[in-house]
Parts: sequence; structure tokens; C-alpha cells
Amino acid sequence: MHFAFTDEQAMIAETAKAFFAEQVTSERTRAAMAGTGVDDALWKALVGELGLAGVALPEERGGAGLGMVELAIVAEEAGRQVAPLPFLASLCLAAPAILAGGTDEQKKLLPLLAAGDLVASFAMDDGRGALLAPHGATADLYVLSTGDGVSILQRDAPGLSVVPLTSMDQTRPYARIEIGDAVPDPLADPRAAVAAALATGRLAIAADALGGAQACLDRTVAYAQERVQFGRPIGSFQAVKHRLADMMVAIEQARSAVYWAACAIDEGSDEAQFAVHAAKAFACDTYSHCAGEMIQLHGGIGFTWEHDAHLFFKRARSNASLLGTPDWHREHVAQLAGLDRAA
Amino acid sequence: MKLGFSPEEEAFRAEAAAWLRSELEGPFADVRGVTSLVEMPERRRDWEKRLGEAGWSCVGWPRAYGGRDATLAEQVIFAEEYARAGAPPRLNHIGIELAGPTILAFGTEEQKMRFLPGIAKGEEIWCQGYSEPGAGSDLANVRTRARREGDDWVIEGQKVWTSLAQFSDWIFMIVRSEEGSKGPKGLSFLLVPVDQPGVAVRPIHQITGEAEFNETFFDGARTGAANILGKPGDGWKVAMGLLGFERGVSTLAQQMGFRNELDAVIAAARANGEARNPLIRQRIAKAEIGLRLMRYGALRMLSGAEGGTLDPAALTYKIQWATWRRDLGELAMDVLGVAGETVPGHDYAFPLLPNLYLHSRADTIYGGTNEIQRNIIAERALGLPREPRGDLR
Repeated sequence: MHFAFTDEQAMIAETAKAFFAEQVTSERTRAAMAGTGVDDALWKALVGELGLAGVALPEERGGAGLGMVELAIVAEEAGRQVAPLPFLASLCLAAPAILAGGTDEQKKLLPLLAAGDLVASFAMDDGRGALLAPHGATADLYVLSTGDGVSILQRDAPGLSVVPLTSMDQTRPYARIEIGDAVPDPLADPRAAVAAALATGRLAIAADALGGAQACLDRTVAYAQERVQFGRPIGSFQAVKHRLADMMVAIEQARSAVYWAACAIDEGSDEAQFAVHAAKAFACDTYSHCAGEMIQLHGGIGFTWEHDAHLFFKRARSNASLLGTPDWHREHVAQLAGLDRAA
Repeated sequence: MKLGFSPEEEAFRAEAAAWLRSELEGPFADVRGVTSLVEMPERRRDWEKRLGEAGWSCVGWPRAYGGRDATLAEQVIFAEEYARAGAPPRLNHIGIELAGPTILAFGTEEQKMRFLPGIAKGEEIWCQGYSEPGAGSDLANVRTRARREGDDWVIEGQKVWTSLAQFSDWIFMIVRSEEGSKGPKGLSFLLVPVDQPGVAVRPIHQITGEAEFNETFFDGARTGAANILGKPGDGWKVAMGLLGFERGVSTLAQQMGFRNELDAVIAAARANGEARNPLIRQRIAKAEIGLRLMRYGALRMLSGAEGGTLDPAALTYKIQWATWRRDLGELAMDVLGVAGETVPGHDYAFPLLPNLYLHSRADTIYGGTNEIQRNIIAERALGLPREPRGDLR
């Protein structure tokens, strides 16, 4: 038992942190928001020079052969900058589904996904009607889970219709997928595919939320140090200090949750399912809270389009909704805690 | 990063669990499941001694001082098995978790040899003399005085909220040793025997009806000149080091015990049907998640501290567990309904969960209130400006 990064993990974290901090700028992100929701240069650099896009894919599938802890590290650092990337859709949802449940032929897609030569997305019929795929408009193919099974569909499949939608979080825009009479290519093991996609995707969202929440705190602390009212920095008022302290209390718990879940999946622990539900619920709630506090503590400027606070606030909302809200995950925790066993 | 335990560690777990089971199903069956700190004090002293004899009292300490040299993982395992076995709260928890580690960190070799084995063997029970009527959150405002007289320190003044002083052999305290000094300067950290004519202990009854803590009066109380940790005037530094222990490593064992309280809430909810109430389910799920996050937060902190420094995240720990437990008390009462507010007989003594509801109100106060914790987090971890001081002293 050693619940701290290894030297190698610490190095990956440092590298990823520096990479996203350097590459992601407000200006470039806003250009992506006005366009496809992807910063193409950033995406090319991530799949190219950084070499960590396919972090959790096996080396023989074009990945780095690492685990969920390393995937969470990359997602956390991307989340810290609200990076406009199809990393979640392509490499944390579609790729794990294909790896776990694809046919040998379908698995040949994996090196192409890891290298960014192809981009995939994932959508699941959640009973609310539409199939909504994150970064769906720019994807080349889709892993779709519907009542009819789990299949791959190519973007150019005859009959398939992809409708880009204006989305609240413009760094992760959705497209509506209408299968129509397109002919799907079914996965060999749909259950394994969905389980892997949901576990990896939920973990990645939780890690993204952790990084985002930390950024909200860091940026708000910096603002509270410099903004002067009543002749004092506003960060000297307990009304402000205590709210910032509460953000940190929540964030540190979210950090424990995310890396607990990552380790639990990697180690095949009995707790893995519980941990993923816990991490998704807790980290997303924390991000929503911290992003809301960021706006509140910045005052009027925090409500403007010009300030970046809304990027975090909207990503937090996207994270909370995608693949199960915090309440939904907590209900699953309640079941796993044995509340339905007879007294 | 690795959470699983090795086969050797699992073997340690089996050994600890077997020993605890044999004691708590055998000679100490009467204290098994006891949750109050003050019930059956004589048997609790016996239990401390039994743990000490068998080398299970202060497992993380060096063997030379009566410990077991246990690794971090083994300390975690023992704490978990201790709670799982239904073993009672440690009567000497202040000695084990606060006095001992402080003596280990700041004591001379003579002091370590004099005091640590007594704690590890369960022979000397300790309490903490920090707060005073005029020094609560503003701890540096202590007025209890100590002066040198021959080979002794002589102490005059009053401490308050001294938990378990009525059972204690020793008290560690901060005193003002420089006449006319103010604030954190001029304080010293003394170790003082409780059983002497100059010390009077008067229990304070708390909202649960129990009396765990006391007012402690010092009227010409004496302790040997050697019984000072650090130098005269170092008291604040030593005391702050101790608060670090209180927030950090030491509370792990206590939190393992929270599992039993949450299990009791779940059992009650399943028994009376509240487990089907979606709102209660959400709150139980939150408590379950919070409990895990305390465990993994502690493991993260301790694993990180193996490198020698405590992560600033450790500063968030006290407020986290205190608030969790207060919330659990409220949840417990909402699950129990009116029945939880009643108890048969004439004694004002409530069972586990209603008592938790009342008792947990102290958690967000002692050892630094939630508000003080937030100041500490904001100032030390986030680097925000310090709270301006007033001049009404």
C-alpha cells in the first residue's frame, strides 16, 4: 500500500501539467469554441509530441501501456485548462469500448485513434430519447450503445445522420446521431464494451472535474489577493477566505476519490464500481460548487463572456450531466452499500 | 500508486485480528462494543495495560520505547482491525496520539525513555492542558503561569476542557513562563503530574449528560525542572507541532471507528423502512462516500508524509471528519424519528446514535473550531492575508 504517485507518475503529471499550461490559451480556446469545439493544434500536439493520448491503451494497440492512474493524470491536467479536445470521447469512451468488446478487425482502429489519425465518439441511449455524442460533429466514427446492441458506425455510413448542436459547453459540443437505415458493425462483446467505456469515461470525467475545480480555486485565490475593496484585498475577509477554504476541503476529497477509483480499477479491486460512482458524484459536485463560487467571488466580471469563469462553470455542468448525474451515482452507491438487503 | 496490501501485510492483519478477537471474546468481552470514553474506567485501564503487554498499544512507535516498529500499512491495518473487532475507544488516546508523538518529536532521550514506555504499556494516562477560560480559539492568550523555584516549576492558574483529566496521571500544558510576555512568546511546554495537592480536577457535564472533560486548577502545583519539552519560551512551537499531529496522522484510528457508527445508522434505516426513502438513501450514500474519502485521504496524506513532509492537504482533514460526523448525527436522528429522542429509565444517557447526535457537536469545536480551521487553511495552504488582530486582551 502506497497511495502516492510513483516517481514515474509524478513525472507524467508534471509533463502533462506543463504541456496543457503552455498550449492552452484563452484565445485559442475561444477560437475553438467559435468553431468545432476542438483546438486542432492542441490535439495534434497531444497525440503527437506528448505521446500520452493513448495512455491506457496497450503498447501493441498503439498506446503507452499505462493504467487508469496515468489516464486520470492526463484528464486532470486537461481539465485544469478546460482543454477543447476529443480526448474524452475518442480515447476515454470509444477506445476502451473497442478494446474491451471489439472484434479483432475493429481493434485495428485503436492505433489510429491513439495517433489521432481517426477520432471517435461514443453515445448511449439513456432513455431520454436522443443519442447525443460529445464532439460528435468532428468524429470519424461512433461507438453507439442502443437497445439494439453496441456497434460501430462510420461517419460516412449511408443513412447515418449527424446533426451538430449548439451546446452550452462549447469546448465539448454535442451532435445528435440518427442511425436511420445505416448498417451497424456490432461489437463482439457489447457488455464488456459498455462496462469499460463507462468505467473509463466516468473516471476521466471525474479527473477532469478535479483539475477544473482546482483551477477555479487557484484562479479565485489569485483574484482575491489582488482585488482591493474597503481598502483591503478581498481575500483578507473571512466571508471570502472561508469559502475558499471550503473549496479546498472539497477538492482534496475529490482528489482522493479520483485516484482511489483509478487504483481500484487498475488493481481489479472489489470496490472499483463503488469507487467510480463515488468519484463521479463527488468530483462533479465539487466542480459545480467551485465553478459557482468562482463566479460569485469574482463578482460582476465573473459573469461576463470575456472572463474565463464561464468556461469552467459550463464544463462543470457538462461533466455533471454526462454519464449520470451525481444523484444518480449516489443512488447506485446506496444500492452497493446494502440498503436494499432485508433488515 | 498502489492500494492493495501485500501477503505479508495481510498476514499481519490476520495476526492482529486473531489477537483482538481472542481478547474481546475472552477476558475483555465486557468492554467490547463500548463506545463512551468514560464508561468503566478501571476496565479501560486494564485494557490499555493488556494492549501494552502484548505490544499492540503504540504499534507505530520504535520498539525501544515500547512500540512495535509497525510500517504505515501495518498501522492502518491495525486501526482497521481494532475498529472492526468492536474494541473500545482508547482511554489513553491523548497519551498515544498527542503526548507520545510530541515527546518523540521534541523530547530528549531521557524524556523519551522516562515517558514513552509508560504510555505504551498503558501505565500512565495523559490529558492535555491547552484551553483556558480566556484562551480558546485564541490559544496564545494563555495566562496560567509557571516560575522556577529550586529544581521545580511551580504553576498557578486554570485550564478548561481538559478531557479525561479525572483518569489521568500526567498533563501536558502550555504555560506562560516569562513574566509580562504576551501572545505566543514566553510560553513553555510542561509535563506535570496530576495527582498532587496543587492540582484540582472538577468535571464539567456536557450536553450528552456525560462528563468527559474538566476544569483543572493549579495552585502551587509542581513539576521537576527537567519536565519541559523544548527550551523555556519554545512552548508555542512545540504546541503547534502537536496540533499538527492532532490534525494529521493520529486521527486515523478514530475514523476507522466511524464505520461502526455509519453501520448502525444503516441498520436502523433498514429496520424501520427509512432505507427506502430516496432522500435518506442520498444522505446515506453521501456518508458512505465521505467515509471512504476520509480513509483514502488519510492514506494519501500518510503515504505522502513518508517522504518527510505533510502535504498542505492535511490541513483540511479536521474539518472534513468533524463535519462528516456531525452530519451523520443529524442523519441518524432523521432515520430514528421520535423514538430516537427517548430512552427508558431515569438516567439521561442515550444509546449510540442519539448520543452521536449530541456528542458530534463538540467535534466541530475542539482541536480548533471549523472557523479556525478555515482560517488556517486559507492562510497556510492558500496563502491568503492573515486575520488582523484586535487589541482587547
